[in-house]
Amino acid sequence: MKLKSLLVSLGLLAGASIAQSAEPLKVGFVYVGPVGDLGWSYEHDMGRKGLEEYFGDKVKTTYVENVPEGADAERVITQLAKAGNDLIFTTSFGFMNPTVKVAKRFPKVKFEHATGYKLDKNLGTYVLRTYEGRYISGVTAGMMTKTNTIGYIGSFPIPEVIRDINAAYMGAKSVNPDVKMKIVWANTWYDPGKETDAANALMDQGVDVMLQHTDSPAPLIAAEKRGLRAIGQASDQSKFAPSAHIFSVRDNWTPYYIKEVQAVMDGTWKSQDFWGGFHDDMLTLASINPNLPKDVRAKIDTTLASIKSGEFKPFTGPIKDNKGNIAVPANHSLTDQELAQVNWYVEGITDEIPH
Amino acid sequence: MDSDLIVQILFAAVKTGTPLLFIALGEVICEKSGVLNLGQEGMMLMGAVVGFLAAYGTGSAGLGVLAAMLMGCVMSLIFAVLVLHLGANQVATGLALTIFGTGLSAFIGSGVVGQTIQGFQPIAVPLLSDIPFIGKILFSHDILVYSSFVMTFVLMFVVNKTRIGLTLKAVGENPHAANAIGIKVLRVRYLAVMFGGVMAGISGAYMSLVYTPMWVENMTAGRGWIALALVVFASWRVGRIMLGAYLFGLASIMHLVLQGLGWSISPNLLAMLPYVATVVVMVIISADKFKEKLLAPRALGKPFDPRQMA
Repeated sequence: MKLKSLLVSLGLLAGASIAQSAEPLKVGFVYVGPVGDLGWSYEHDMGRKGLEEYFGDKVKTTYVENVPEGADAERVITQLAKAGNDLIFTTSFGFMNPTVKVAKRFPKVKFEHATGYKLDKNLGTYVLRTYEGRYISGVTAGMMTKTNTIGYIGSFPIPEVIRDINAAYMGAKSVNPDVKMKIVWANTWYDPGKETDAANALMDQGVDVMLQHTDSPAPLIAAEKRGLRAIGQASDQSKFAPSAHIFSVRDNWTPYYIKEVQAVMDGTWKSQDFWGGFHDDMLTLASINPNLPKDVRAKIDTTLASIKSGEFKPFTGPIKDNKGNIAVPANHSLTDQELAQVNWYVEGITDEIPH
Repeated sequence: MDSDLIVQILFAAVKTGTPLLFIALGEVICEKSGVLNLGQEGMMLMGAVVGFLAAYGTGSAGLGVLAAMLMGCVMSLIFAVLVLHLGANQVATGLALTIFGTGLSAFIGSGVVGQTIQGFQPIAVPLLSDIPFIGKILFSHDILVYSSFVMTFVLMFVVNKTRIGLTLKAVGENPHAANAIGIKVLRVRYLAVMFGGVMAGISGAYMSLVYTPMWVENMTAGRGWIALALVVFASWRVGRIMLGAYLFGLASIMHLVLQGLGWSISPNLLAMLPYVATVVVMVIISADKFKEKLLAPRALGKPFDPRQMA
């Protein structure tokens, strides 16, 4: 009896593994914006396409775009899991709790959540070191500003955005001690109209170089109209504002997605908290404006080189927060876990973080 | 706050309020005839995408606006046939129109996502734009903003002072009485709904040709819904719609401006101001029975079938 059941299960296993090798690995993606946002979700979709190109018939990908952060996300992720996806990428911070919940219910499916910090046996996280790009953006903005006022369009006051605001400010301050930074929260990841309003509100108040942490090219277009400067985010946004555009910090997810899918195919996938930046080619500076002053261009190149080589880490102490407390002690660089929990503004930013 | 900044803010309020003004003017005429069209957002998006496609294809922003008007009109005709001819439920049909327009606009616009066009350039009105404060706030915009001014005054005149306005109101207040004195109720309603569609089309074109000269999915971001609230806020008066549109425009940029100035007011609180204002107006209207003049047209949302007499 025992032998028989053993044989049966062996047979089943063999059958299963044959079926598995014949069937493509199914990979699902959940996007917060439309794939046509030409920013964050667009780049994730480029990663998905890169995956299909690399693996060909061996993968089958599906994506759901425009998924609101919240209860709806849980429904969408559940559906993808039920549809037989083996690996599901949820690509926005607000998908964290829904992903955690669904991952518990589908222990055999593997999940990866972008920009979050909650892990499980079958749930990993992956984060871009966007703060590296923001630091270089800050350095550049600090050198380019004539009014000594740079602007930052924030989306939501989550650690990722607060961390990047700090990085941008520290970068600007390092080259321009008189620089001031105005911060405006648009409370959206993607609303070209609102982002235009935010950009105009900043420029009305003397800002002449803008950074954005929202996903549409609208702030760049607004800057172009007024003859001021701006830095693109997530994808190459130069074509929207040929003269205003300084450079874009471009996300490149393809190498990561290929690596993770390969790991699932090989059976070596493990839940982990992965951070990638310039060093891993997951961030690049795209379309640096050829008309930048020579000293600015040189500074961009040296800053990029020192970050890429790992020689310079923006969050290295001593750093004080804007209430006078020591946020990062001397001779310490924030670890990835600490970076994930930045909820303070660096000294010199006069605003308060909204609740 | 210096005076320059105040001028800048009010200038931006007019710009932000203009798409709301266009679409709400269309909707108020539609509602005055007794038809509630919740499809505003869908018509606006279709106007935005078709306007952009036409302007992109021909290189002329003017043709873009024309195409958008036509598209808005076609969308409203779909609605009109369903609710006026076939007697479908207005609320459900309107919602369906919005969902339809949202999806279809994303579909037909997918090819031009990321393209840019040369939209309308601002034209300062000679003499008028030299007036201190007012000149910069009102008279250094683009041609569409000026046409929204003209449109408001024309509509105020037509609705309040002419026979056409009287007919429109009669149909919206008591279609059976209007029918009895020989007014073609359904024809008036058809025209009113189509006017609403044309205005929604222009409003969409304003978004994709002027406000942010590009097409992206869902770029109207709920402005069609705000316009519906605006009509209630203005208690169905054309003149008040203009005021309300600029107030709503101001409210929607104010939280951004204040943040830049370093005021720590919750942006969420300010972002909900237009809706709070609308609720307050509704409460005032409903609390006082003598303010009947402020109420919605009495036959709003009710289908009319000329074959059935009341």
